[in-house]
Amino acid sequence: MSANAAAIVLGIETSCDETGVGVVRMRADGHVELLADEVASSVDEHARFGGVVPEVASRAHLEAMVPTVQRAMTVANVKESDVDAVAVTAGPGLAGALLVGVAAAKAYATAWGVPLYGVNHLSAHVAVDTLEHGPLPGPALALLVSGGHSSLLEVDDLAGPVTQLGATIDDAAGEAFDKIARVLGLPFPGGPYIDRAAREGDPEAIAFPRGLTGPRDPAYDFSFAGLKTAVARWVENEERVGRSIPVADVAASFQEAVADVLTAKTVRAARDKGVDQLVIGGGVAANSRLRSMAEQRCADAGIHLRVPRPKLCTDNGAMVAALGSHLLAANVPESSLDIPANPGLFVSEIVMP
Amino acid sequence: MGAAAYSGRVLVLAIDTATPAVTTGLVHLDTDGAPGTLAQQITVDPRAHGELLTPHIKATLAEADTELGQLDAIVVGAGPGPFTGLRVGMVTAAALGHALGCPVHPVATLDAIAHDVFAAAPAEPLLVATDARRREIYWARYDETGARVDGPHVERPADVTARGLEVERAAGHGAELYADVLGLHLIPPPFPSPEGLVGVAADALRSGAEPAPLTPLYLRRPDAVEPGARKRVTQP
Repeated sequence: MSANAAAIVLGIETSCDETGVGVVRMRADGHVELLADEVASSVDEHARFGGVVPEVASRAHLEAMVPTVQRAMTVANVKESDVDAVAVTAGPGLAGALLVGVAAAKAYATAWGVPLYGVNHLSAHVAVDTLEHGPLPGPALALLVSGGHSSLLEVDDLAGPVTQLGATIDDAAGEAFDKIARVLGLPFPGGPYIDRAAREGDPEAIAFPRGLTGPRDPAYDFSFAGLKTAVARWVENEERVGRSIPVADVAASFQEAVADVLTAKTVRAARDKGVDQLVIGGGVAANSRLRSMAEQRCADAGIHLRVPRPKLCTDNGAMVAALGSHLLAANVPESSLDIPANPGLFVSEIVMP
Repeated sequence: MGAAAYSGRVLVLAIDTATPAVTTGLVHLDTDGAPGTLAQQITVDPRAHGELLTPHIKATLAEADTELGQLDAIVVGAGPGPFTGLRVGMVTAAALGHALGCPVHPVATLDAIAHDVFAAAPAEPLLVATDARRREIYWARYDETGARVDGPHVERPADVTARGLEVERAAGHGAELYADVLGLHLIPPPFPSPEGLVGVAADALRSGAEPAPLTPLYLRRPDAVEPGARKRVTQP
């Protein structure tokens, strides 16, 4: 692509249970425009198992792949010959699920004769915000919270290296929501149900612990396993003495504990690093309490907060296309056609060579 | 494309990833006669299907000095085979077919192996077996005309033997692995060949028939159990 022309990038995401295909256009001025964001989810097939079943997800990706690409291209109103690059999530994620997207992306890139970018899922969650809020003005922190990840990242430039400041040492934040939903008899995935139940509850009703917030604890790492156990123990004790469980209060108090730790550590990192831009992404970024608490604490600390709309926070192909468009614009070398899917791809590797 | 019948020579890309072999070939199919392979790339590596397949396709076409846009059709092995590898071939074929606007015909991988056997040595029943891992085989039985009369199934080799199948010869990598249990006369090939894959689809390719849906032959359900009651964190 010439540096001045608009470029169209198709992005494919299959790291978990969503088959996502997005199409974006990067304009010459560096603004990225969303043209299509099609998602086929297998979440309903996983609900009765209480979590994502990798083989079920992989089968669904194969079935949905070509129809989802077709839909995205129709919605975006682009022809095959318009596409300038194909980007795909190469990792981290579920191995078998990732491989369906990677194999499909290689085939499309080869058939269309365009570059392939095998990209990092976490960087894509950061890049997606440029679709909604425009280019990042400078260095930013990114808090990525989902069913599979809880990471605090330092990002200088979307096409450049990413530094992980901290991450969960046990459960991901979204996983904790799923598990507490189960304790409270709410359906999978737990996030939206807990959020809804919490609206009627008192967030200060029960003082649940804030993990890893002691003076000697790692400043930027997270832990949710202890919180999860504390909630389950509280509920079981109430049941044992024959009291009915105040679901709304438990949900609100649990959610408060999660949002408190996430935002407190993130704001502290922003102060420590002297960074005044924060992007929050991942499925848990759709949580209303996390959003409102982040807004307030960022406003107090003079941090400019960027949270994409919920549809862009959960896994989708548009975020992969968005990252691909930044890589293409920065003339980052394309990935080789023999890249593997890399379930453990580390966050510092934003694109596979 | 789709329903139009082909005339003269058609160029077909054959793909199979349902066995430890990553198989690609460029095959020509004429109005009559057997398919002929123009170029092929076959690597036996059960752990690299995702890495190798697209480079193999490119190398195959380059060797025959052919562009992807010249393909008339794609034939892909639909298994049965280990799931993760199988899906690499299926999704690659489906995406190429979409991108190139050419039909994609799925064929049973076991049938492709049988096709090669009957092309070389007809007139006797045959068992074809590939490795299903977990000490099982994917298998199918063919009568003396080469028609599939049983399968595909997934079973332990000893259970296949216990069925008392009236067959004396066997082909396929699974038949090799469990030759001692099956006790059958072992003949090649162990893996499907490009011309075997195209041979199975020859009638459909020549008549321009609408391809069957690209449905993988998994034969096993996903390993997943519904959770029981939640484990308590405190003593009752």
